[in-house]
Amino acid sequence: MAMKISTDQFKDRVDKGIHDDFMRGAVAGAQDGMGVKRRIATEELGNWEDWRSHGEEIRQHVLENLDYYLEQLSENVAKRGGHVFFAQTKEEANEYIREIVKKKEAKKIVKAKSMVTEEISLNSMLEHEGCEVIETDLGEYILQIDDHDPPSHIVVPALHKNKEQIRDVFTEKLGYTKTSKPEELAWHAREMLRKEYLSADIGITGCNFAVAETGSFSLVTNEGNADLVTALPKTQITVMGMERLVPTYEEMEVLVSLLTRSAVGQKLTSYITVLTGPREALDVDGPEEFHLVIVDNGRSKILGGEFQSVLQCIRCAACINVCPVYRHVGGHSYGSIYSGPIGAVLSPLLGGYDEFKELPYASTLCGACTEVCPVKIPLHNLLHKHREVIVEQEGKAPIAEKLLMKAFGLGAASPMMYNIGSKMAPAAMNPFTVGEKISKGPGPLKAWTDIRDFPAPNKERFRDWFKNREKGGK
Amino acid sequence: MAGTIQNRDKFLNQIASRLDRPRISSPVDRPVWKFRPQDEVLKDTTQDDLLEVLKEQCKKIHTNIYETNQKDLAATLNQVVSGYGGGPIVTWKDERFSKWGLDSLFKQEWPCQEMDVYEWNHTKGKKNIAKAEKANVGITISEITLAESGTVVLFSDENKGRTVSFLPATYIALVPKSSLVPRITQAAQKMREIHKKTGHVASCINFITGPSNSADIELNLVVGVHGPVKATYIVINDL
Repeated sequence: MAMKISTDQFKDRVDKGIHDDFMRGAVAGAQDGMGVKRRIATEELGNWEDWRSHGEEIRQHVLENLDYYLEQLSENVAKRGGHVFFAQTKEEANEYIREIVKKKEAKKIVKAKSMVTEEISLNSMLEHEGCEVIETDLGEYILQIDDHDPPSHIVVPALHKNKEQIRDVFTEKLGYTKTSKPEELAWHAREMLRKEYLSADIGITGCNFAVAETGSFSLVTNEGNADLVTALPKTQITVMGMERLVPTYEEMEVLVSLLTRSAVGQKLTSYITVLTGPREALDVDGPEEFHLVIVDNGRSKILGGEFQSVLQCIRCAACINVCPVYRHVGGHSYGSIYSGPIGAVLSPLLGGYDEFKELPYASTLCGACTEVCPVKIPLHNLLHKHREVIVEQEGKAPIAEKLLMKAFGLGAASPMMYNIGSKMAPAAMNPFTVGEKISKGPGPLKAWTDIRDFPAPNKERFRDWFKNREKGGK
Repeated sequence: MAGTIQNRDKFLNQIASRLDRPRISSPVDRPVWKFRPQDEVLKDTTQDDLLEVLKEQCKKIHTNIYETNQKDLAATLNQVVSGYGGGPIVTWKDERFSKWGLDSLFKQEWPCQEMDVYEWNHTKGKKNIAKAEKANVGITISEITLAESGTVVLFSDENKGRTVSFLPATYIALVPKSSLVPRITQAAQKMREIHKKTGHVASCINFITGPSNSADIELNLVVGVHGPVKATYIVINDL
């Protein structure tokens, strides 16, 4: 799957989302549930603002010294016998991994959930090479067997599916015969996936935080799938976005604590695994060979510019879980693997304004995202900045906005035009007006009046009223 | 054997150029951070306090917790294993089991009840994994125990297979009370100390907090997905 997950127009995607009642119920429930859990977890910890400030200062320090820390990381990985490849583009990353797959004559690959591998379309390359690629995170596994349905949430990828839909997919694709009880579905997945871990040639993971001082990296899961992916296959490939690192274990600890509380309201998730290099000489489990692929793919262009702070992101999805727009339109509407406020900031930067120019407008700028971000990314300010760039530099304001501004510009250009325009408004809207309300508006008003009435233009203009009043009328 | 590094200079030069400065060539000192809220959590607590925190947290992570002392450890462990339906059992190869008086349980009592007890043995290669995969119970020892989150910390080596705590259907961690610390902060500091002192860290360090679980289906919590379905901590008070 590439970063872009749909060829539909933004408006059509949103329309589909808004009319998907199950999805909207699921998203609202998830937001409420995870939002409350997050709040309790942060209140319980105390000093949350200090924690956020600490997270921010760590992330900023790393970004300012990124070349140094990446150099230190790569030296220490190599010292432990690991191989490091720096990939400026997704093509370079895929090419390097393709070579490993060929050299190992790999047929079966197990993967633990990773956003960056989605971003570089790794699975489609691997499948093109004839490999069987198996996602092991339960949510990702469900999506994969359902003909690669795209994820709709960074942390809970199959959020948009209900258990009956999942049962049907299992029945159709896996010959599943039991009920739609989540326990039975999960148990079936466990049984299917056990065989895969044990027979896979290569394990592929993402990376939550690499640690420069020791050449280690950490993986955060609840299921334990990342542990089996890294313990059983002979070869391990870990793909990381170049900004996902910290100086030492001590900073890793802080960011892991921020991540697990912000993402799911847990003090720590069930499994946090810190891996360093391949297995040691006499070890039985763990990979014989370890490759770390460090991916730029457009990130360096964000460095040094006004959007740099978005690289502080630790992918917790707290911003998604409080966003009122995400709540109504769902993850697929964003058309990117990165949804919600963080997706609306990040997708245009990594994928370009041509593909994602609507996303910065998919926000009310209410600032709820900024308030919950555990590393203090000013998300709503960045969304606003995007709009400035789109209008001023790219000349890519949405067509409706352009037309509206043009019409207003024309109308307001001379007192005469303004006079005529404001006089005509009530008459122009007359066919749509019932009483003092417009219930079925034309053109751009339609999206509004589909859900609520719009007040009809006042029959008496303020200017006329004022003039009349001065003359002594009412 | 040292690994390889490819494509580095071009990549890092691009970063430096974007940051509008030359490549950093001398070591960057770890900053003195302005904020350190992590030191305040469970500050000035005794081992007894920490144990209470751990017990409370275990309720939230679907984990049973028992308190015992060295002399009753074998009986407690036997009781928990029976509760899980007995063997097969897989353990690390660790002399502490013997030191803590578990020899007769591991080597006589259980085998006499036809319970298979397998001790990790790196010379046997893949057989270890086959044994762990078939095991009903995996038993390891917590090196550091985090009270706040209810987490046991394990360091792998040739005698301490990673999969002992992942492949069996259930998992038991033996927890010396002295291993309790407030939170992951102290574990991270200890890991750094070990690295500074020895120049080495274990290839796998596991922070395990209860059994495996997932909420990926309609956000319903399912306990027991890829790893163990049930977990128990046995705290040994006089260790």
